[in-house]
Amino acid sequence: MNLFSRFEAFELDVLKEVGNIGAGNAATALSRLLDKPVDMAVPKVSLLPFEEVADRVGGSEQIVIAVYLRVEGEAPGNMFFIIEEESGKRILRQLLSMYTEEPNGYSEMELSALCEIGNILAGSYLSSLADFTHLAMAPSVPAIAVDMAGAILSYGLMQYGEMGDSALLIETTFLEDHQSLEGHFFLIPDPESFDKIFRSLGVVGE
Amino acid sequence: MIQQNLVKVGMADLNIATEGAVLKTTGLGSCVGLTLYDPHRKIAGMAHVMLPSSDIARETPINLAKYADTAIPELLDRMIAAGAYLERLKAKMAGGAQMFAMSGQSDSLRIGPRNVESCTAMLSRFKIPIVSQDTGGSFGRTIEFDSVSGMLSIRSVQFGTKEI
Repeated sequence: MNLFSRFEAFELDVLKEVGNIGAGNAATALSRLLDKPVDMAVPKVSLLPFEEVADRVGGSEQIVIAVYLRVEGEAPGNMFFIIEEESGKRILRQLLSMYTEEPNGYSEMELSALCEIGNILAGSYLSSLADFTHLAMAPSVPAIAVDMAGAILSYGLMQYGEMGDSALLIETTFLEDHQSLEGHFFLIPDPESFDKIFRSLGVVGE
Repeated sequence: MIQQNLVKVGMADLNIATEGAVLKTTGLGSCVGLTLYDPHRKIAGMAHVMLPSSDIARETPINLAKYADTAIPELLDRMIAAGAYLERLKAKMAGGAQMFAMSGQSDSLRIGPRNVESCTAMLSRFKIPIVSQDTGGSFGRTIEFDSVSGMLSIRSVQFGTKEI
């Protein structure tokens, strides 16, 4: 069963727009939180072999901070908000004037704060997406982990595991100017969700 | 340190190593890194198992290395073809973590422990003893398996490196 070979270029463009709208709103939310301009890169939609997914954030062994949410509702999927390890400290400093207690690693309070930030951003991503598609989508309670990117992201690929060796993901990178705070959004819709997304946007395949 | 010949095992992949090569797989989360070793012939094998059972597979042809119930027989075949003896093989395992503790655990979120259970059941079917394992927890692991010593070295962010 090869679900994705039949995706047309314009369908990928539709998914890019999905990423654009979702992440655009999230970037606005982040910009308001930090009271600083936040730039966003053009979203990428790619069908990536499992092996290469973690390369997008610096490789399988790169240590990252990841907030994970399961998207529930009519178009379920997995969502990750990923930032580099040092960027987390920078966000906490700017946003909450939280100064590092522990030079290495994060305290429970810091992780909880970052998890909530991820939750706010992912929530704004999803709610704009739900408005756009008229599909009911709700995030689960968020979970946070600081660990190897490969170990974290593989968690979001399980739904694809049973159908092949690659996953389709919608990726958006945003940057806060000068400080080079870099964050990534990954929306990995479940394989069954694509039809619903397309249909709700009036893109009818076959 | 002598430069070792490194054989990379990707996600949902398997490979064997002889003549002093080292097998390596990175970023194991809920996946299980399973190794088999023939200490006499110094033949090592490693599989990066992603899912517990091929019953749910909807792909054709299926990737044998991905599922616990197909990866272990395939790895055995490859090792026996390379000269290993089934009766001498010993297994080690690492991984099978639960990366995110979520409330309302559905079965799909218990994928790590289920991978470990399935590998264990499969090994006992072939009567291969598990000599040591480092499984579970909620953290990622990178593993290296030395075909000379049969030592499995496990590295994680919080706990550093250990050998089993």
